Amino acid sequence: MAERLAPPTRRRRPAAAPDRGAVSAADWRRPGVRITLSVTHVLLLVVLVVAGLGPMLLLAKFAVTPTQDILSSPMAVFPNGVRWENLGQAWNEVQVSRYFLNTVWLALGSWASQMVVATSGGYVLSVLRPRYGKVVEGMVLATMFIPAVVLLVPLYLTILDPPLLGRSLINSFWSVWLPAGASAFNVLLVRRFFDNLPREVFEAARVDGAGPYRLFWSVVLPMSKPILGVVSVFAVIASWKDFLWPLLVLKDPAIQPLSVRLPAIAGSTDLGVFLAALAIATLIPLALFLLFQRTFLSSAGLGGAVKG
Amino acid sequence: MTTVSTRPAPPAARAAVVRRRARRTPATWWRGGGAHTLVFLLPVLVIFGLFSWWPIVRSLVMSFQKTNLVTPAQWVGLANFEYVLHDPLLAVAVKNTLWFALLALVIGYPVPLLAAVLMSEVRRLKGLYSALAYLPVVVPPVVAVLLWKVFYDASPTGVFNTVLGWVGLGPFPWLQDQSTAMPSLVLAATWAGAGGTVIIYLAALLSVPPELYDAAEVDGAGIWRKVWHVTLPQLRGVLFITLILQVIGTAQVFLEPYLFTGGGPANSTVTVLLLIYRYAFENSLGGNYGAATALSLMLAVVLALFSALYFRLTRSWSA
Repeated sequence: MAERLAPPTRRRRPAAAPDRGAVSAADWRRPGVRITLSVTHVLLLVVLVVAGLGPMLLLAKFAVTPTQDILSSPMAVFPNGVRWENLGQAWNEVQVSRYFLNTVWLALGSWASQMVVATSGGYVLSVLRPRYGKVVEGMVLATMFIPAVVLLVPLYLTILDPPLLGRSLINSFWSVWLPAGASAFNVLLVRRFFDNLPREVFEAARVDGAGPYRLFWSVVLPMSKPILGVVSVFAVIASWKDFLWPLLVLKDPAIQPLSVRLPAIAGSTDLGVFLAALAIATLIPLALFLLFQRTFLSSAGLGGAVKG
Repeated sequence: MTTVSTRPAPPAARAAVVRRRARRTPATWWRGGGAHTLVFLLPVLVIFGLFSWWPIVRSLVMSFQKTNLVTPAQWVGLANFEYVLHDPLLAVAVKNTLWFALLALVIGYPVPLLAAVLMSEVRRLKGLYSALAYLPVVVPPVVAVLLWKVFYDASPTGVFNTVLGWVGLGPFPWLQDQSTAMPSLVLAATWAGAGGTVIIYLAALLSVPPELYDAAEVDGAGIWRKVWHVTLPQLRGVLFITLILQVIGTAQVFLEPYLFTGGGPANSTVTVLLLIYRYAFENSLGGNYGAATALSLMLAVVLALFSALYFRLTRSWSA
């Protein structure tokens, strides 16, 4: 799936071949087929709007609805007016602002750590190619076969008492940032992209006197913006979604992200305000999705692979 | 690109390479930029070493040890495995996990395929269809669970009970009842995950060679026959992969049971991962890390068989 992202193989078929599915142009001209398909498609659209957009619209509505109305008549449209204060209360009194900032910090740090590891690792494996590269690649690849659950407890104990460091990383953002970098998927994804870059450019740069650092920073990275974008979006989204790991290593509520705080405050917060908090937590991923829709949808196949 | 460097060299050049290899010394390594290579490799070595390779090795060791973080770890042989296998909750957790996986297959597996096949024939606003289908995937899972928990309110004025009440159904107890709790979790998980699979299928549908459809038409195939005899066989590879990914994912389900029900009612939603979590992190007397890693390893061995299968399939499928 990854090679579909690489520029030279982006289009698998020649542009002349029209995209077509099981239904041919001739089929489309038959009235029976056309009516059935059109009705099916309209129905499908209705189902998608109800299932995909419906819960989000409800969340948006609940975010500004008084708690009493949510409990007694959830589907009525503002029977007793709108309560904008929910949003303000969630942001200030429930301190969503603070948890929101924590989430942003965690996402940025995880992004940085994944970028550093994936680009430098991909560079070594694809461009510098030392003799022991195969061994390293094999060891990185091997981690993809280990289900995340195996790492949970030993990784937690490693964070409690990391070797060489001498102090526990519990309750520090580093405990989330650093392990995030160990993504074999990112390394191999970037490596595959680097493999498809034209070697002639590297040779030309070397002839012009560029060392390995210059080659990395001024040639390889600028040529790799598409894949860096994909890795970035995945990194931020994955960090935003992460729940179990920050729950384990960030015990101090003051530094916990939204995903950990939201379940914790659920019982003690006014329902309307709580739903406003949920809505706020959805905003950034939603905005990212709308901004980078193309990246999301064209690489969601990769996302599917990551999820497993 | 890579074929250029791997093309077989003429015999003379190969001999030269062999001779050069024979004369490799630390000095040639240094002059060849070997140290710079190591600098670039450092992040991978440190991060993977500390947070991936070492914990993997450690989990193997720990499953045969008793660790309480205060006194030094003791070797206990297979005691951890025995403890886990004798825990009456294990059978319940395995049964629940299998039940979750089965329900997810029945409810969640056909939905994205059906949606994708239909969507691939859409002529206008195709982007809108895929964006709508993908929207739930964008919602952070924790938010999705907490939101659905509100929807699942068991009172007659809960969101779902209100809507179903319009057509004379319900009210249903949803998460409150042993028989409906698990299907409710699966329904929410399916909603949250289906969009990603739809997009995978849509991409796979694009790579079905159009000539196959043309050929089927020459043979007089109708739309259904084309879908059945061309589209589905062409998706075979990707269908296998999503199936295995789904099995691996559902075997490790944690978020939904943890946040929706906490394993209740009456342990009807305790899954294997929830049990691992309880062993390690929910014991007030200090974690039973040995039992937790032992159970993790047992789960991993089962999943490794699936993963190996998955990798072989992706190799043959993407080639």
